[in-house]
Amino acid sequence: MKGRLVVSVSPHLRKKENIPWIMWMVFAALIPSGIVGIYTFGPASLWLILISILSAVLSEAFILALRRKKVTIFDGSAALTGLLLAYNLPPEAPLWIPAAGSFFAIVFAKQVFGGLGRNIFNPALAGRAFLIISWPTYMTDFAKPFTYPDAVTAATPLGLFKNAGMDIHAMGLNYMDLLLGRRGGCIGEVAVLALAVGALLLLVLRIISLHIPLSFIFAAGLLSWLFPAQGFAKGDPIFAVLSGGVILGAFFMATDYSTSPLTRKGQLIFGAGCGLLTFIIRRWGGYPEGVSFSILIMNAFVPLIDRYVRPPVYGRRDGSGAKAKTVP
Amino acid sequence: MKKIFAEFSKGIFRENPIFVIVLGLCPTLAVSTSLENAVGMGIAATFVLVASNTIISGIKGVVPHKIRIPCFIVVIASFVTIVELVMAGYAPLLAKRLGIFVPLIVVNCIIMGRAEAFASRNNILPSIMDGLGMGLGFTLALCSVALIREILGSGKLFGHIIVKGFDPVNIMVLAPGALLTLGVLIAATNLIKNRGN
Repeated sequence: MKGRLVVSVSPHLRKKENIPWIMWMVFAALIPSGIVGIYTFGPASLWLILISILSAVLSEAFILALRRKKVTIFDGSAALTGLLLAYNLPPEAPLWIPAAGSFFAIVFAKQVFGGLGRNIFNPALAGRAFLIISWPTYMTDFAKPFTYPDAVTAATPLGLFKNAGMDIHAMGLNYMDLLLGRRGGCIGEVAVLALAVGALLLLVLRIISLHIPLSFIFAAGLLSWLFPAQGFAKGDPIFAVLSGGVILGAFFMATDYSTSPLTRKGQLIFGAGCGLLTFIIRRWGGYPEGVSFSILIMNAFVPLIDRYVRPPVYGRRDGSGAKAKTVP
Repeated sequence: MKKIFAEFSKGIFRENPIFVIVLGLCPTLAVSTSLENAVGMGIAATFVLVASNTIISGIKGVVPHKIRIPCFIVVIASFVTIVELVMAGYAPLLAKRLGIFVPLIVVNCIIMGRAEAFASRNNILPSIMDGLGMGLGFTLALCSVALIREILGSGKLFGHIIVKGFDPVNIMVLAPGALLTLGVLIAATNLIKNRGN
């Protein structure tokens, strides 16, 4: 019995959730979208995904060994970063692209800041930002959907929307195509229905809450509806939400624990900020899609949000906790 | 003699102005995109550093304490003007590429810092050695940042392509690349320094 008696302060409640369980559940929730992506774009996408995961895990092991830390590559966090990075790649990128991106994501966005839970920016998105700035030609070259030979074009719907001013009908698409992923885009972002299934799993398991995704989607949709390129309140919010990476970003990347606010109110602000920035980048920015940059920018605001949005102090009725000085 | 040499050698690694004291980051980040720029900038800054250290050490007894900073700036600015005109006359291409960063040597923290922290408190010979050592340390640090950035960012060395079929890492010639390279090199410096202790 000796050594099994643990003396500790309250709370003594224990839950079965731990980091590996959560990480692998999110990983599992992303698998349906990957399957649809591979089906849509062909086997090249599978190789991109595998290399991205492998590179992320190896980079993690390398850096942890270098830092003389316990090598925790089976906790799923590095694998999840690799998977998310691959989901943000165009399906026919050269195979070294995911390797370089995962290396950057793990080494410079995660381990340099102190590793799991200490990173300021979402590692997968930082990896993607690194890739799109370094090799813009590979990162914006979208292949035609593999299994749908009658798909009109290789460009992404958002690219056409921005550069050619086409609407969804001019592209020869309908909302069903967007839901099922019959369009150009990144590997993991096109299959909206499959992403929704995964998101539902995470919501049921209470790994994520709806605060960030809903405020993100609502803000992006509302602004796209209110302020289209011409006129007022004539935009297409459904197209805006389904055509890019909003669903993938809102449910799976903006909700990352270590890079999102702690309080519900803070999460609503964070999500709405992501939606606003997505709209701004899509409308006035240099890139057709702005989800990843908007999440990265809002990541930088998380400490500020957490500082000013504080829950009421327990036991106070007037709700003045937010103003109370809690730190001596 | 040994002490004089120590004043020279400290600037190269142990008190490297960029990697250890972390001064003069503006030119380090801005002109380290190619090795050629880095060498040019390093020589220009070293000349100004040695010359201003010499003069400031010489006039330290005459300058009233309260107005020493403006006096130092007049001395430094004079030498920077010399460098600027000489460079425009004899190396116009380099002068064009370095652009605003040549006149900006006036406000280079390393030069001002050495004037205030060293030359105004020491004799001429140690001040010259300090200026030489710090200048060399600055040049070497600038060149090591530029070496990494030029190879990775444009696949070239002194403007010549070294690896064919290499897709340059664009980010390395942009501002984030400078900060990343500098961070990694400072980390490496700290690693080596800590290992010595």
